[in-house]
Amino acid sequence: MVNTSSFWDFVSQPWHWAVSGAAIALTLALLTWMGRSFGVSTTFKGICTMAGAGKRIPFFNMNMKDEYWRLAFALGGILGGFITAQFLQSPEPVAISSSTIEYLGTLGIAYPESDALNRGFVPTEIFNFTSLKGIVLALAGGFLVGFGARYGDGCTSGHAISGLAHLQLPSLITVIGFFIGGLLMTHLLFPMLMGM
Amino acid sequence: MKNTSFFIVGIFFGIVMTKSEAISWFRIHEMFRFESFHMYGIIGTAVILGAAAMWAMKKFKIKTLAGTLVTYNPMKLSLKRHLLAGSIFGLGWALVGCCPGPMYVLLGNGYVIMILVLLGAILGTYTYGLVMDKLPH
Repeated sequence: MVNTSSFWDFVSQPWHWAVSGAAIALTLALLTWMGRSFGVSTTFKGICTMAGAGKRIPFFNMNMKDEYWRLAFALGGILGGFITAQFLQSPEPVAISSSTIEYLGTLGIAYPESDALNRGFVPTEIFNFTSLKGIVLALAGGFLVGFGARYGDGCTSGHAISGLAHLQLPSLITVIGFFIGGLLMTHLLFPMLMGM
Repeated sequence: MKNTSFFIVGIFFGIVMTKSEAISWFRIHEMFRFESFHMYGIIGTAVILGAAAMWAMKKFKIKTLAGTLVTYNPMKLSLKRHLLAGSIFGLGWALVGCCPGPMYVLLGNGYVIMILVLLGAILGTYTYGLVMDKLPH
């Protein structure tokens, strides 16, 4: 007999990075076996197409019949997040390193209190609907992600996971780009934005 | 019916992304500050095991459910385009602390602000379509 309550306690812990990495590789293998390639950012293009952007810009003339699976996958992702929050939530906020906590403190970001849900997922103190700065930063960050992903024809799932797993040089260069932009934001721009 | 199976894989992905903490803004910030191995461990494991799986599927000519062989359409190599596009993406990734997959998963986790982040991403995608002819490719 499997003790079900200890099983749920077990999966409700944060997962080890190796388990998580293996589970992401399994997602890639499943999607590939199902005849599709892993890539989430193309859902944004699909939404533009569905909203009628193809009438003005040929780039958005996509055959949506080949795209609905991706939207179904993204909707599943939303439900998966919901299920985890309801039934598999970790007992403690994300255990980030003490040096990151200390550094964020110098920027005025308290951990984990800056996340209103106290899970260590999003600093809602920065990104929220109640301040102009919060709205602008959320929109601007999303904008850069959407623009960059389409320009490079892929995001983390398409390039860092799928592209690298297929040993693609363009994907490796894109991932190096992710780090150039990410390091610039984290070390230079973000502290400036927080000081404003 | 087939979309239902992708929906189910999506649910699995949502659980994995949440439990792995890869959806955490703080984990991404920590990664770009090189203060923890966590995210590198996740991505490294995913790439190594993923590469092994892709290699095996090609090597043993495993048919997909669509009846096709596993292939990959290589992208044209353009250093300028990929570095520029990647850097723009990276700026946004490090700012909002989430890439496209986690945006959806965080929304499901109750972070309603992701509606704005997703809206921004859709606007960014549309803007790329508007100006793509003027960008180096």
